[in-house]
Amino acid sequence: MFLIAFAVPAFAGPFEDAVAKFANDDFSDTDEAIGAVASSGNKLAFPIISALQDGRLMADPDSKKVYVTGSDGKSIDAATGEPVASVPDSASAVRLNNRLRRSVDAALGSLTLQSPDLATRLQAAQSVFKSHEESALEPVDAALAKETSKSVKVALGEARAAILLFKPDATEVEKLEAVATIRARGDQEALALLTGMGDQPALVAKAAASAIGSIQSSLAVWSTVQNAWYGLSLGSVLLLAAIGLAITFGVMGVINMAHGEMVMIGAYTTFVVQEVIRTRYPGLFDYSLLIAVPLAFLVAGAIGVVIERGIIRFLYGRPLETLLATWGLSLVLQQEVRTMFGPTNREVGNPSWMSGAFELGQITITYNRLWILCFTLAVFAILLAMLRYTALGLEMRAVTQNRRMAASMGIATSRVDALTFGLGSGIAGIAGVALSQIDNVSPNLGQSYIIDSFMVVVFGGVGNLWGTLVGAFTLGIANKFLEPVAGAVLGKIAILVLIILFIQKRPRGLFALKGRAVEA
Amino acid sequence: MNVMDTRATSAMLYLDGVHVSFDGFRAINNLSLALEPGEMRAIIGPNGAGKTTMMDIITGKTKPDVGVVLFDGVTDLTRLDETRIAELGIGRKFQKPTVFESQTVQDNLLLALNVDHSVRGTLFWRGSKAESERIDKVLETIRLTEARNRLAGSLSHGQKQWLEIGMLLAQDPKLLLVDEPVAGMTDVETHLTAELLKEINKTHTVMVVEHDMTFVRELGVKVTCLHEGTVLAEGSIDQVSSNERVIEVYLGR
Amino acid sequence: MTPHMLTRSLDRGATMFLAIVAACGILIPLSNLLLPAGSFFQVPTYLVALWGKYVCYAILALSIDLIWGYCGILSLGHGAFFALGGYAMGMYLMRQIGTRGVYGNPILPDFMVFLNYPKLPWYWHGFDMFWFAALMVLLVPGLLAFCFGWLAFRSRVTGVYLSIITQAMTYALLLAFFRNDFGFGGNNGLTDFKDILGFNVQAEGTRAALFMLSCLGLIVSFLICRAVVSSKLGKVLIAIRDAESRSRFFGYRVESYKLFVFTLSACMAGVAGALYVPQVGIINPSEFAPGNSIEAVIWVAVGGRGTLVGAALGAVVVNYAKTFFTSGVLAPYWLFMLGALFILVTLLLPKGIVGTFNAWRESSSEKRAAASAAAEGGITEPNMAE
Repeated sequence: MFLIAFAVPAFAGPFEDAVAKFANDDFSDTDEAIGAVASSGNKLAFPIISALQDGRLMADPDSKKVYVTGSDGKSIDAATGEPVASVPDSASAVRLNNRLRRSVDAALGSLTLQSPDLATRLQAAQSVFKSHEESALEPVDAALAKETSKSVKVALGEARAAILLFKPDATEVEKLEAVATIRARGDQEALALLTGMGDQPALVAKAAASAIGSIQSSLAVWSTVQNAWYGLSLGSVLLLAAIGLAITFGVMGVINMAHGEMVMIGAYTTFVVQEVIRTRYPGLFDYSLLIAVPLAFLVAGAIGVVIERGIIRFLYGRPLETLLATWGLSLVLQQEVRTMFGPTNREVGNPSWMSGAFELGQITITYNRLWILCFTLAVFAILLAMLRYTALGLEMRAVTQNRRMAASMGIATSRVDALTFGLGSGIAGIAGVALSQIDNVSPNLGQSYIIDSFMVVVFGGVGNLWGTLVGAFTLGIANKFLEPVAGAVLGKIAILVLIILFIQKRPRGLFALKGRAVEA
Repeated sequence: MNVMDTRATSAMLYLDGVHVSFDGFRAINNLSLALEPGEMRAIIGPNGAGKTTMMDIITGKTKPDVGVVLFDGVTDLTRLDETRIAELGIGRKFQKPTVFESQTVQDNLLLALNVDHSVRGTLFWRGSKAESERIDKVLETIRLTEARNRLAGSLSHGQKQWLEIGMLLAQDPKLLLVDEPVAGMTDVETHLTAELLKEINKTHTVMVVEHDMTFVRELGVKVTCLHEGTVLAEGSIDQVSSNERVIEVYLGR
Repeated sequence: MTPHMLTRSLDRGATMFLAIVAACGILIPLSNLLLPAGSFFQVPTYLVALWGKYVCYAILALSIDLIWGYCGILSLGHGAFFALGGYAMGMYLMRQIGTRGVYGNPILPDFMVFLNYPKLPWYWHGFDMFWFAALMVLLVPGLLAFCFGWLAFRSRVTGVYLSIITQAMTYALLLAFFRNDFGFGGNNGLTDFKDILGFNVQAEGTRAALFMLSCLGLIVSFLICRAVVSSKLGKVLIAIRDAESRSRFFGYRVESYKLFVFTLSACMAGVAGALYVPQVGIINPSEFAPGNSIEAVIWVAVGGRGTLVGAALGAVVVNYAKTFFTSGVLAPYWLFMLGALFILVTLLLPKGIVGTFNAWRESSSEKRAAASAAAEGGITEPNMAE
């Protein structure tokens, strides 16, 4: 009680008078009240104005009392800050019109410009930039004088420039400086500001036109960069889904139509790991993916080995039959997962280090996409190294190149077959862990990747991992550059048609092997 | 295409300066060779000498990087595909006997006959007396009359080799390329095959690739030895087999 | 078809198959129409429609067997040709609705009114005439197959590569037909049909007639397939299937043969789709789903690839099983069964039902022949070509 009494004097002063004006239900009185409250320096100013913005500021026209209702339903007296048991029924929310809304925005902006929290200050500066209300000029100048953070200073400078541009009595020199500042900002909002500023002195208009041109061309560059980033991101997803296939189809020549289901199993492994962590060890949630990656590899890899031993080894040399049998297998696996986990999407969460985004120039990069790209490249590099430097890799290549010779040199070809297939499936499982972060985890997850994955492998050239890499990124980037032109679905159709045409031209892909060995 | 009205060469088959490489490996390296009409030529050489690749080039399966391949002195084979080259009259027997296993011996020969090979022609085909007589004759030549209604896949290895030669006879090409015809045959079968080829040579130009020196000697024709994609030696069997380089790289001491 | 081709194509198995189909095609509709409802021998109308569907599937299976069983081309996109034929018929049926649609527009089908089409798109013109639609049923799938095949076969795309790009083809069409602005009703497809050639599609008589027509379609398709495979062209196709490059060295233009048989097969699939649509009363983009095409391939594998009777039989058997299992308590297990069917047939019964039966009969007759030959010391009888 004492503290509140100290903070808010009990006698009626200019602040209390201003607050009472809210109860008049008159737009111009409300406007005056906003200005007076915002400049009062009172602690209650911010809660009152933000309540006004949200329609939570209640005024009783009979008693001229004004209340702030919190989002938790509790109310305080706006003039004194004392809690009240309930707002009288006769009170109603203070009404706003568009002009007042701008005043509210500007008042809130200036109120928060000097907040101790850096993020709030930055946001306030941004909102002033957008509203560019003349009334905010003074608070902005005041804030600029005190500001120490470089980024907030820049934002405040831009806000000031925006205000000056729209201030009718600003000097030409001020306006030219303002145009230069906004040109330096160079984003979509700067462009909107410059194009929407109406009549200006000739010199300023000229400077603005040149700034518009420069911003537009820089934005075009950034949109290309953005598309390229989206393309890389899609390419990494395609590569991730296709790498395992590049092993089973590319290296072994086995058509595994259940490859997508291996991806799906990886995703469900992630789901199970997260479920266990949620119920038993909630603290480990951020490590869930690190735990899921090896597990998914083992689960999918083991299923792969079983599939190879149980079905595929009887079908070597009969690719079309392999295709049919593995398609049947994919139906069984989907239905099995549907029976175990239900037909609907399951929730797989992002660990904290996978959520959020950061800005790079004019584009936004989300952490999950970035991590997936890095992860994909890491998996690719490890796989390449494994094939090149380990004994299993050597045996694998030997068996692929000449099965009979490898067998006669004492390599257990059937063991190598099983392990190779297990490796391909295991990598598909790992892909599932990553894809669970950006896609719906449902029994149909794999289906959506199988055709794309085959396209990547066939396009890149069978039997060549580098071809798969180039193929995945080429298709990813081509897709994202076609999308803005043709739309998502037509873009995808166009890509499919292009690949079909491409296969006619180079039936064995981008990086095809040549010579007599190919025919065998 | 520039059709030459004068023959560039009298040879039935003429290869000059042919090169082919696969991913940097030179399979054929400046190969030059000429076969006169009616000639039978034996080609020998170690594994990887480019014998099969040479046949691939002649029959259009592989395109050379550079070089001239002329058939009958006028036709540039490097511009044509397998079908067109077969239609011109070049027949080929593969190293591994390749017959149509799920069809009967008789049907195999029927398929090989050099009659109308168009879609229309085969759809509305009706057998003729002349055709069945030709098939009977070939069957007799290759000693498979008894087996005419058996599936080709059920024949013995040697019989399959003969059936494939028989199919070449039915095709009746101007030039026969025969790749290792006696591989896996008994001595008796080898001898019979040599006789058969000599018989065929009376009416056809033949090129035989073979490792079996006894067989090559029995043929008694001009021999060309290939090594690393080029001609190492050429001449009679005695000349070639006494050539120092040939002994070194192929025959052994 | 010339007389000698007809006589050549009719061996004992073929004649028996045709007789059974013809008998079904006549007796089932007659019993449905003439016998009193509820009588033991009366076939209820819903069964007529159901079996009509099976017959259409059998035609589709024949078309797949013609290219896969005899020429080794495994198409995983034949459902696309089936669906295109179905859409062509569906467009005719849509135009017949006329003013009876919800919006009562005499020209525009309901979905176009709903999507604010100002006028009929150019590719919908002509579909008010049956003959035009019937022509398109053959032409559209045929033309697509021709263009696709021309590109693919000429550049020697074979085996699984071809399978994968045919799958991509049907997938691309699936995506396209799902779009509203593609002009084919988006994901709802075409439905609410009223008349076909002036007869109510729902009427019992029409259904019986459609069933009869489907049987006739099956008979004609079967005869065409038999004529093709029993001609010398059939032998060439098998030669290409077994040793493609060898056939080239004998001077056969492999791509022309493949193109011919692929296009023929696509036209047949289109006819199957066109007969299917009025009987099920709807055509939508899900018919393009890659899974459908692969399922059709398994019918052929179950019945026996390379035996035309087997393909038709497989289509009926698998679909009968599907209807049986998906309607009862076993429904959740159907996909397990279908999946297992794919695996077991490829592993244990690669020749399919009819192929295995033929092989068993041949080997036993061979044994008998060998026994009698040994007894008489005579010449063995020639084997059947098939």
